[in-house]
Amino acid sequence: MPSIVIIGAGPAGVRAAETLVRAGVRPTVIDEALASGGQIYRRPPSSIVRDSKKVYGFEAARARSVHRAFDDLREQIDYWPDSAVWSAHDHKLGVITKSGPKELAWDRLILATGAMDRVIPFRGWTLPGVYTLGGAQVALKYQACAIGEHPVFLGTGPLLYLVAYQYAAAGVKVAGVLDTASAGAKRGALFGLVSGGRTFLKGLYYLAWLRAHGLPVVSGARPVCAHAGLDGAVRELEWRDGHGSLHRTACDSIATGFGLKSEAQIADLCDVPFIFDTGQRQWVPVQDTDGRAAVEGLYLAGDGVGIKGAAAAELSGERAAHTLLHDLGHARSAERLKTLNRRLRRFERFRRALDEKAFKFPADLAASADDDLMICRCEGVTAGELRHAARELGATEINRAKAFTRVGMGRCQGRVCGPAAAEILANSLGVPLAAVGRLRGQVPIKPVPMAAFLDGAVP
Amino acid sequence: MTIFDVAIVGGGLVGCSAALHLCRRDASVVMLERGQCGSQASGVNYGGVRQQGRDLAELPLARRSRRIWADLETLVGTDCEFEATGHLKLARSDAEMAELEDYAERARDFNLKLERIGPAQIRARFPWLGDAIVGGSFCAEDGHANPRLVAPAFARAAVAAGADIREGVEVVDATHDCHGFELRMSDGTALRARRLINAAGAWGTTVSAWFGEPVPEDVMAPNMCVTDSIPYFLVPNLGVCGGDIYVRQIRRGNVIFGGGVGVADRNQVKARPLAEVTAKAARLAVGLVPRLATAQVIRTWSGIEGVMPDGLPVIGFSETTPGLIHAFGFSGHGFQLGPGVGAVLCDLVADGSTQTPIAAFHINRFPNTENVAASRGPAAMVRSAHERSSQQHQGPNLQQTKTKGETLWLSLLADAFPERSCFSPAWPLAAS
Repeated sequence: MPSIVIIGAGPAGVRAAETLVRAGVRPTVIDEALASGGQIYRRPPSSIVRDSKKVYGFEAARARSVHRAFDDLREQIDYWPDSAVWSAHDHKLGVITKSGPKELAWDRLILATGAMDRVIPFRGWTLPGVYTLGGAQVALKYQACAIGEHPVFLGTGPLLYLVAYQYAAAGVKVAGVLDTASAGAKRGALFGLVSGGRTFLKGLYYLAWLRAHGLPVVSGARPVCAHAGLDGAVRELEWRDGHGSLHRTACDSIATGFGLKSEAQIADLCDVPFIFDTGQRQWVPVQDTDGRAAVEGLYLAGDGVGIKGAAAAELSGERAAHTLLHDLGHARSAERLKTLNRRLRRFERFRRALDEKAFKFPADLAASADDDLMICRCEGVTAGELRHAARELGATEINRAKAFTRVGMGRCQGRVCGPAAAEILANSLGVPLAAVGRLRGQVPIKPVPMAAFLDGAVP
Repeated sequence: MTIFDVAIVGGGLVGCSAALHLCRRDASVVMLERGQCGSQASGVNYGGVRQQGRDLAELPLARRSRRIWADLETLVGTDCEFEATGHLKLARSDAEMAELEDYAERARDFNLKLERIGPAQIRARFPWLGDAIVGGSFCAEDGHANPRLVAPAFARAAVAAGADIREGVEVVDATHDCHGFELRMSDGTALRARRLINAAGAWGTTVSAWFGEPVPEDVMAPNMCVTDSIPYFLVPNLGVCGGDIYVRQIRRGNVIFGGGVGVADRNQVKARPLAEVTAKAARLAVGLVPRLATAQVIRTWSGIEGVMPDGLPVIGFSETTPGLIHAFGFSGHGFQLGPGVGAVLCDLVADGSTQTPIAAFHINRFPNTENVAASRGPAAMVRSAHERSSQQHQGPNLQQTKTKGETLWLSLLADAFPERSCFSPAWPLAAS
């Protein structure tokens, strides 16, 4: 019996597991979270009982469906919750579990590793009270808490409006929703956005709801500075509108994010080749049309291989599993593969309208950071130091800049600062973003306590 | 075609330092680096700047290199985070303590001051040490530096001094004739130089094989780890007898440690650490310094090092080819030596000899497996005609490494062909 492993129990991982189990295969599912659902359908701990409609809104039915599907599999899979894959080499995974480090060999591996917020540093972004949009959402979904009483939502992308809506609907007094994308850009993308169908309508609803409830929603905004109060925490956000006028919005917290970025470090360590996605301005693992990576036995699914959203993740998770079954010699999955591919293609046009038009990543905002602005907060590296490395030290590539300045070398391994650092580097060298390359994935994928390696230790 | 005085294959610390030193003596230098300067062993090593514990044959070279480390800021414009924090080599048994005593005795001839610290004082001075430690030997002059910065800093200084450094250019072959060397690059270009320095690190034997003298150079990938930042307390660079673990902390708080080896693929130019090796090193590090149990490992890495069977590098003139000088195979401890080796290579090129004893590193210590008569260059024939014994008795202070026979043969050729400067026995730069 070959060892078949799925990493991630979000929508993609769950549907992949479900498909494999139906075909009589018993996979091992490794997930960092305590319960399945991934970031998007993260479940509150059992101690907090809340109506799923309240937690997930429009997505309640989908969330319930994914949760139920996974719960039904529990006897037919080997489930490793609360377990982090920290290394991957030569068909072996190093996993930190509650009972210590373990090694797991795989013959076939499905990576459903998801995505995280893409951040652009601005003055004051490291103050207490500044969260990512995803972080703000997790607080609400998982712990039923808000990040503050008067949060400002700043950034761009569908998540901006969704989280603002979720907060407002939960009774939080939202101080403002500031979108860096212009209203004109969104109008221009309308034609492409309509292809999103139900997803697009939900987006319109959130926006209409926010406006109907009198919340200040601004397009074409630019953050200037988050100011701290006497307690050192954020108290006010200074920003410019599309005409350049300065505004100050009182707030006690800020949730910020500029779209999502794929979490693809494990694919990288498994030697999967990457390709630059111009629309999403990020490097993504290369896959064939059926979700196969160019590494024997490795399959890719969900937002970890380019951002397409949770609904598409369910489809690509199932697709990866069908492809895997097909490669194992199972016959009938080929038909289903065709259907899935057809449905996945529909997401592409919508996605392009979102990424390239409606909620375009404000690369110029990242690239124009002041010299004294801290970009890498783990290692305390400023935009000016990066520019110095580019212009004076000959760092023509992001890993060289990392070697010289320590950017992306700290706890987060460049997850947070990586995109902005690459924009600054490319801008100061006057080259396209793709030309500065991507930060190489390094073990451990997430920090591992030294204590985890001690004999008999329970970290 | 321009003819350079010196071509250097390999932009590691050795090559970069040689380039800088040669430019300062007005040589025209071209350096060819397949990747980026300092991207393999020179850039990814532990960062120890250590004399203590070296093979005694390396000590004179290490002493010379240490003087350059002290002056790095003047030489290359940055101290590369070098700090003489001291190096503390620890014993975990009485037998190991005796080993440290013995080494200190022998190192005294080289003016290396080592302070032995017995069981009574060791914990008083370094209260954070684990229970297994019975004593140690402290070398105050030693310390550590940031390896990512050093080779590039030398490269920048060399460029400022006039060196032509070409990154992303792989030398695929080189040949020698009476005019000097011709190097052919992967991009189809070629260049010529009067001298050739083989500073190709783990690929040194590939280059030496082009000239009929391959050596048994293996490769090794040191398994390196770093923790997140914790309060600064661990001042000296730590090592142990046996060398299975080494630990240092930088002022910003991160603790760097290594031990064991990962995977090195010389052909793919790829090295990576291994999970089980990292786990073992973490256990050993915590055993040495229990306080490290609260830290988190945030990154591991490796790079490819060339390793010789006797653990000593190959440094000195070729046995087969006049004008060819080797400096590779530093066997996992070349970082501290690098700056000094560059200075020695400059001596060899410019003066034909060096005051620093390097006889122990000569390539002739490995039996040449190639058919000597078939190999290129007149010196090879010289070597087949003259017994190797003339080189066997080179004492530690022998100034240079050319054989008597070689010198004689070249003198004759130089007399016969006075216009061919490559036959000039000393090959001084002034003549070229």
